[in-house]
Amino acid sequence: MPGKLKVKIVAGRHLPVMDRASDLTDAFVEVKFGNTTFKTDVYLKSLNPQWNSEWFKFEVDDEDLQDEPLQITVLDHDTYSANDAIGKVYIDIDPLLYSEAATVISGWFPIYDTIHGIRGEINVVVKVDLFNDLNRFRQSSCGVKFFCTTSIPKCYRAVIIHGFVEELVVNEDPEYQWIDRIRTPRASNEARQRLISLMSGELQRKIGLKVLEMRGNAVVGYLQCFDLEGESGLVVRAIGTACTLDKLSSPAAFLPACNSPSKEMKEIPFNEDPNPNTHSSGPSTPLKNQTYSFSPSKSYSRQSSSSDTDLSLTPKTAPYPQGPRIYLCPSSPSLSCGSLHLKKSCLLLSESSLTPHHSSLVSPVLRKSVSFSGELFLAASGMGSGSAGKEGGPFKALLRQQTQSALEQREFPFFTLTAFPPGFLVHVGGVVSARSVKLLDRIHNPDEPETRDAWWAEIRQEIKSHAKALGCHAVVGYSESTSICEEVCILSASGTAAVLNPRFLQDGTVEGCLEQRLEENLPTRCGFCHIPYDELNMPFPAHLTYCYNCRKQKVPDVLFTTIDLPTDATVIGKGCLIQARLCRLKKKAQAEANATAISNLLPFMEYEVHTQLMNKLKLKGMNALFGLRIQITVGENMLMGLASATGVYLAALPTPGGIQIAGKTPNDGSYEQHISHMQKKINDTIAKNKELYEINPPEISEEIIGSPIPEPRQRSRLLRSQSESSDEVTELDLSHGKKDAFVLEIDDTDAMEDVHSLLTDVPPPSGFYSCNTEIMPGINNWTSEIQMFTSVRVIRLSSLNLTNQALNKNFNDLCENLLKSLYFKLRSMIPCCLCHVNFTVSLPEDELIQVTVTAVAITFDKNQALQTTKTPVEKSLQRASTDNEELLQFPLELCSDSLPSHPFPPAKAVTVEKASPVGDGNFRNRSAPPCANSTVGVVKMTPLSFIPGAKITKYLGIINMFFIRETTSLREEGGVSGFLHAFIAEVFAMVRAHVAALGGNAVVSYIMKQCVFMENPNKNQAQCLINVSGDAVVFVRESDLEVVSSQQPTTNCQSSCTEGEVTT
Amino acid sequence: MTSELDIFVGNTTLIDEDVYRLWLDGYSVTDAVALRVRSGILEQTGATAAVLQSDTMDHYRTFHMLERLLHLLHQLIFQIPPSRLTVYPFWMGLTQPSESPARPRQTPFPLFYGGYYAFDEAFVREVLGKKLSKGTKKDLDDISTKTGITLKSCRRQFDNFKRVFKVVEEMRGSLVDNIQQHFLLSDRLARDYAAIVFFANNRFETGKKKLQYLSFGDFAFCAELMIQNWTLGAVGEAPTDPDSQMDDMDMDLDKEFLQDLKELKVLVADKDLLDLHKSLVCTALRGKLGVFSEMEANFKNLSRGLVNVAAKLTHNKDVRDLFVDLVEKFVEPCRSDHWPLSDVRFFLNQYSASVHSLDGFRHQALWDRYMGTLRGCLLRLYHD
Repeated sequence: MPGKLKVKIVAGRHLPVMDRASDLTDAFVEVKFGNTTFKTDVYLKSLNPQWNSEWFKFEVDDEDLQDEPLQITVLDHDTYSANDAIGKVYIDIDPLLYSEAATVISGWFPIYDTIHGIRGEINVVVKVDLFNDLNRFRQSSCGVKFFCTTSIPKCYRAVIIHGFVEELVVNEDPEYQWIDRIRTPRASNEARQRLISLMSGELQRKIGLKVLEMRGNAVVGYLQCFDLEGESGLVVRAIGTACTLDKLSSPAAFLPACNSPSKEMKEIPFNEDPNPNTHSSGPSTPLKNQTYSFSPSKSYSRQSSSSDTDLSLTPKTAPYPQGPRIYLCPSSPSLSCGSLHLKKSCLLLSESSLTPHHSSLVSPVLRKSVSFSGELFLAASGMGSGSAGKEGGPFKALLRQQTQSALEQREFPFFTLTAFPPGFLVHVGGVVSARSVKLLDRIHNPDEPETRDAWWAEIRQEIKSHAKALGCHAVVGYSESTSICEEVCILSASGTAAVLNPRFLQDGTVEGCLEQRLEENLPTRCGFCHIPYDELNMPFPAHLTYCYNCRKQKVPDVLFTTIDLPTDATVIGKGCLIQARLCRLKKKAQAEANATAISNLLPFMEYEVHTQLMNKLKLKGMNALFGLRIQITVGENMLMGLASATGVYLAALPTPGGIQIAGKTPNDGSYEQHISHMQKKINDTIAKNKELYEINPPEISEEIIGSPIPEPRQRSRLLRSQSESSDEVTELDLSHGKKDAFVLEIDDTDAMEDVHSLLTDVPPPSGFYSCNTEIMPGINNWTSEIQMFTSVRVIRLSSLNLTNQALNKNFNDLCENLLKSLYFKLRSMIPCCLCHVNFTVSLPEDELIQVTVTAVAITFDKNQALQTTKTPVEKSLQRASTDNEELLQFPLELCSDSLPSHPFPPAKAVTVEKASPVGDGNFRNRSAPPCANSTVGVVKMTPLSFIPGAKITKYLGIINMFFIRETTSLREEGGVSGFLHAFIAEVFAMVRAHVAALGGNAVVSYIMKQCVFMENPNKNQAQCLINVSGDAVVFVRESDLEVVSSQQPTTNCQSSCTEGEVTT
Repeated sequence: MTSELDIFVGNTTLIDEDVYRLWLDGYSVTDAVALRVRSGILEQTGATAAVLQSDTMDHYRTFHMLERLLHLLHQLIFQIPPSRLTVYPFWMGLTQPSESPARPRQTPFPLFYGGYYAFDEAFVREVLGKKLSKGTKKDLDDISTKTGITLKSCRRQFDNFKRVFKVVEEMRGSLVDNIQQHFLLSDRLARDYAAIVFFANNRFETGKKKLQYLSFGDFAFCAELMIQNWTLGAVGEAPTDPDSQMDDMDMDLDKEFLQDLKELKVLVADKDLLDLHKSLVCTALRGKLGVFSEMEANFKNLSRGLVNVAAKLTHNKDVRDLFVDLVEKFVEPCRSDHWPLSDVRFFLNQYSASVHSLDGFRHQALWDRYMGTLRGCLLRLYHD
């Protein structure tokens, strides 16, 4: 009996006229939770009723509190006939269950009807009294915080990052129940909305339980999805990363703002992190001995891998820089669980068939690998051991063991995070992905969704083994998705294989933290680029060179990842959105034949998408992709592939070679001329792009001092000299890279087509940048204007003689035109950057292609952007490194004084004075304290995890909403465009209202996870389902904060300021 | 490949002022696209015609939706950025008593409403003083043809007049304040609407040929003076009984006052009084007026005209013809004698002031209330 839910219905406004005669409404409200219902009095004849009800009290289990939504129905009283429903409001009361989130939900909620849309508003107040110690009730998981944000939320610090949590629940879809034939569309829609609400509540509770078992207190990077499997049911599944988070004390939260105006917050996503950017030397990353007792893919799910050839495709386009070979390991269809069970997997950039690795010691100090017998292999890598004396300590060894066991215990060492605390990510291997084609079958027992569980388990195992093949023990930036068409479903998972620093995975003891602070230097900013796999036994052929930054470790020539660009990475120039788009026709088929056809097509699509990405990356003159997301969508008669990523030039990787075109038939003169013409065009494009994105890599042969990034190098030299043993400077292959041209052979029209398509991508107009990561590499002075938007386009293909080429062209045009339209629409915001551009493709019908884009446009200050192309961390480091030993000691002192509980990172102290000259102007010019109301009332929404120019002070809870809208008067509502436009606007309005009711003023990490649109223009009908989620937050403008803190500086603030000065 | 659906929805609604203007002016999407192309936007932005088409459609859809929701919600659905703020709207539920703190009373709003409520002078001139009912709406076609303003735009403007009229009709208190509070229009626009509403309510004739030379501004000026001086609200009588018939204090002329105006008739009916009045005025103005002889010759006619206008105001029909009468009886005679404006001013000042020296005349206050306003109006109406 641990909870009492109290609800008060205050008033309504702008209700619709329900009584034609009087032009008024006699409204009353039903409040329902679980099986209990209360009613207000009828408020006669008003469109703005004032109910001012008593408190309706529900005494409920906290399990129900988590599962059930509060359901508020507004009705029109009718004496003679049945009462007419005006609309409903569902309120998720979960945010009231955590201690730190909202304490009350109070505000105006739009009253929503699935047929009519928003019909007025209702003012509701909701409170919850929790009685008992929550942790004793194991069925519930009250108190576990959920975040959609895929990084450690701003006002928290991660004590431990436990790892992957997943769960799924299934049910019958009300839309497909027999009763649906006799009930109204409204009743059916409401049943569906309610069911999904219940299922997500249950799912969240179950995930929460798993987190509590892991001794965590939060889920970060929570991603919940619905699979509308039609006849076979409804699946709600979620993945996330369990963490133990510590709330940063409020003085600390105010600290950065009071010191550093404008910049710091938006530039250093992790500025809150307790990890000090120490400048002490000393290497890190203990050796990780992995003893996964886990053999290559064979052992799972592939009963008969023998029948299929392990075909290995080597691209005809010769020297393929990284991952030129894609190993496809299709397994033959095998029956399992009575349903056809097709599986095809494909591993990008790595191979999936493992061979036992014989590891060798590359250089005794730099790389250690130990091999165990047989198939157990171990890929150990550490960023230079350094042996500066601290290394060999028994404590470290202990730590190492702990890490190992910590990771071993995990079934899936996956992390849904895409951005990490500094130092967390040690090495990145590359993208790993797996797909599998399944035939859907009715879920017989909803309580035990074993089949679906098994499907996903299988895919995850595969991902895990891929990661292992890349010498990585973990997968970061992990995500899962599905695409369903009729009874065929493609399950996909992808992530980035990585080697992680164990310290966040462990229960950090006090000593541990201290110790780590001492020796945890940042593994230099190029560290994550260094290959984690063994050079002599590379999982795939790749060109390795010595890192262009530290010159000590090997790096690949191209790096693909699904994560955000690490904040400490050195990037040259700016990044850009790179997309690969692809369509493949397929014959219409039924069931098994269909699934087989799809499975056969998949590997080719993956391969082509990859080739396209690689080509476009080269064309941009860049060498790494971040935030890579490949979506394969299945339709009745075609497959679509859309890959989006943000290309950048990483300073640590070699300069990409150009693209060389080679003709097959050299005899023909005109042909050759044509080829050379193309070649010229390509070269021009590359040169133009380099200029556009400001890619001017330093000359390799340049002396250290003259190079544009001198400080870091000095620092690393310093590092090196301290770690005596690792000082052997290795030969640099300087000539490499330049010669490494990428050859495209044109031997048929297809290839011609490819080359042409390469050149059709138009760069954004000047003043615009776009990326699909959180922020644009190379831009860091965001101003506060943001505009989140969703754009949807549907095109109908002319069904006449569709070829793959025509299809590709149509699809390409669709995407390009969409982007062009966006640029045009947002031209008033120039200079601006479209961040977190998220494309979703679906094929709702035979000849329809639907593309949905959600992104946020952020303006930035052009002048400043030109000056500061380096990342802030780098800047502070630079500054720090120019100082002498004093600074080196500083963090030590601080750490020993304040110990882990006192999270005052010295980096912050550095920023204090760094920022002050910049900030002064702002500060002084600031006139009267900005009126607190100035921004209230406008709720910001953004897919990013932060708000530029503002500081998030509180997370109020997760927003996860599902809406259905249906119409039988499509024409009257302005056709499909009018209908969907209105619906999306309504969804935004409802999200904003819920956030405002929680006391928030923004939604961050907002995502529209589903937008399923179906139309039947002949019947004048349409239906749309939308699922959105995000984190409700309170933010304070930095300008406001400054005023506040300058008026009443806290002692903490002062003390840290003085400390900051001492260091100078 | 045909586009089935194409939308763009922002968390804040972006309004392109140029497209908005085209929409307000009632252009079709095709025409608007053509006009935008002509404006050279394609060259400026490097966009394609298809992009422009899509953008225009999108804006038009947004405007239609905003228009449809105009009477209901809402800021709720369309967060519009404060940057383009010109006015504050009424339909955001801002005047509701129980506001949550998160929804402040005044939320910034853009030019949408300001622009939406803007009107064309040519159009308003056509409907000013006409009954805002359905019958007139049929005439919109004619007005559209006559003025060259698109029918759509005419309809919008007309509906705006009607809407404002309906809302303030039933309200107490200052007309301008009511309009401003409820429609949150700029001060200027609210005054204009007050004039429109006042004219529509009193059905002043403005369409006659001889009134064509007058602009909307002229009438609005007169309306303001009349509202200030000749209505119930002008007397400053606070309604003692809230349910009394004094609801439309600013919209209806003070009936009692109009009734009393009959008393002024004595000024022309009593021959002695008229002569005395004339001699007083002539004495004062001799040598100061360029048109003295014309004035002297015309004095009785002019005075009769002005006083008779006052005396007739008890009848609704004559109230409607107020401006026709003023022009016929005063403006035209003076104009035909080529009085300069300064002479008109001298004359009117002296004409109204001299009455105070007429011992036999007891209605000084009434005279002042009447003549004070009329003088202002006449001066404004007196031009070519």
